[in-house]
Amino acid sequence: MTTAAFEMIETDVVIVGAGPVGLFAVFELGLLDIRAHVIDILPKPGGQCAELYPEKPIYDIPGFPVITGQGLVDNLLKQIEPFQPTFHLGQMVTELEALGTPEQPRFRVVTDAARELHCKAVVIAAGGGSFQPKKPPIAGIEAYEEHSVFYAVRRMEALRGRAVLIVGGGDSALDWTLNLQPVAQRVTLMHRRDEFRAAPHSVEKMRALVAQGAMDLRVGQVTGLKGADGWLSAAICRGPDGTVFEIPCDAMLPFFGLTMKLGPVAGWGLNLHENLIPVDTEKFEASTPGVFAIGDINTYPGKLKLILSGFHEAALAAQKAHRYVYPDRKLTFQYTTSSTKLQRKLGVA
Amino acid sequence: MTKITFVDYEGASRTVDAQDGSTVMENAVRNGVPGIEAECGGACACATCHVYVDEAWTEKVGAPSSMEEDMLDFAYDVRPNSRLSCQIKVRPELDGLVVRTPERQA
Repeated sequence: MTTAAFEMIETDVVIVGAGPVGLFAVFELGLLDIRAHVIDILPKPGGQCAELYPEKPIYDIPGFPVITGQGLVDNLLKQIEPFQPTFHLGQMVTELEALGTPEQPRFRVVTDAARELHCKAVVIAAGGGSFQPKKPPIAGIEAYEEHSVFYAVRRMEALRGRAVLIVGGGDSALDWTLNLQPVAQRVTLMHRRDEFRAAPHSVEKMRALVAQGAMDLRVGQVTGLKGADGWLSAAICRGPDGTVFEIPCDAMLPFFGLTMKLGPVAGWGLNLHENLIPVDTEKFEASTPGVFAIGDINTYPGKLKLILSGFHEAALAAQKAHRYVYPDRKLTFQYTTSSTKLQRKLGVA
Repeated sequence: MTKITFVDYEGASRTVDAQDGSTVMENAVRNGVPGIEAECGGACACATCHVYVDEAWTEKVGAPSSMEEDMLDFAYDVRPNSRLSCQIKVRPELDGLVVRTPERQA
């Protein structure tokens, strides 16, 4: 593999995870004049709130008797606007390397989109880890993952002229069905029931294509795979009435939503306890000086996995991060209600 | 107390005491029943607490709501007796309920 040209970025702090706690860390760091870059594997900020439960009400955010997941994310984005964070979305941090000394740490953070960031502190706010596509537990599916089974479409061209089986009933399944239908030799959409969660207009378009004979729709579930040398030749399926049938295909795209996996965090040289990062409760710092862990990903005696706990952790971690970013500056505690300095930073004074 | 029995895919069963008003998922997690992940913590947002309700109980337990049906799309090997255990509320009529856990949640 040739190495892609790395884009090098220099900043104060890198925040891993754009969930509510990562977003609020931008605010707390910003008040202390610390610039932050935020990296998230999802294509949009908000983490679980935006991905898992955008429309579900949350009742335990202080000051909000009720707010939806997306509502909270929108408010946080507005709140951190004055600090102009840079987002690197749709990419995963693959490497975290500690450089420098424990007193003056430096870090090199690399993403799978060939970005390299250098910073003085790292805030890991990665929640339950990174969202990754759910793999249906079909025996032997891994053998086909290089040539025939894909959980995301990176290049449509790779599927040109192929017999594509798309499995699922949500927007991803329907969107790719419609996008690939003109490109593939034949598209078959399979779903466990003849009802779809996807946007109604996509479902209508799909049904029209089926009526024209331009693609196939089958109701059922994939139970097995057939093929050789990593190339799929057919999917073995079971219909709702129990009948077993085969669908010939050389590419399969299963869309079963996302799941959280700890992912590369495990390889960053940090002490872990049951896939969580142990931290102290004064600075929320991990075993590596300069690396902070806040929100659902950390653990300490009495830890509660609540968004509000993560907010508190962000505020305290920022205080210590200030020492790494500005070793010569004294930090005086100020309130946003009374400090003109802070209000200027927020653009209100 | 209402008794609920969880049977795993290998046939091993364990019975737990459940408080009325709690969910079947909560009781599985509290008692460390394997095969229930409940990644989202009970928000009907992840389909990792998928169970098969024993045939003798499907009528009493009832059918999934449309939101739960949508979430079941993310589960694997969905059958007519599939439910998400975070959406089954324990009540006295369910005393003796038997649910089976799948081999893998995701």
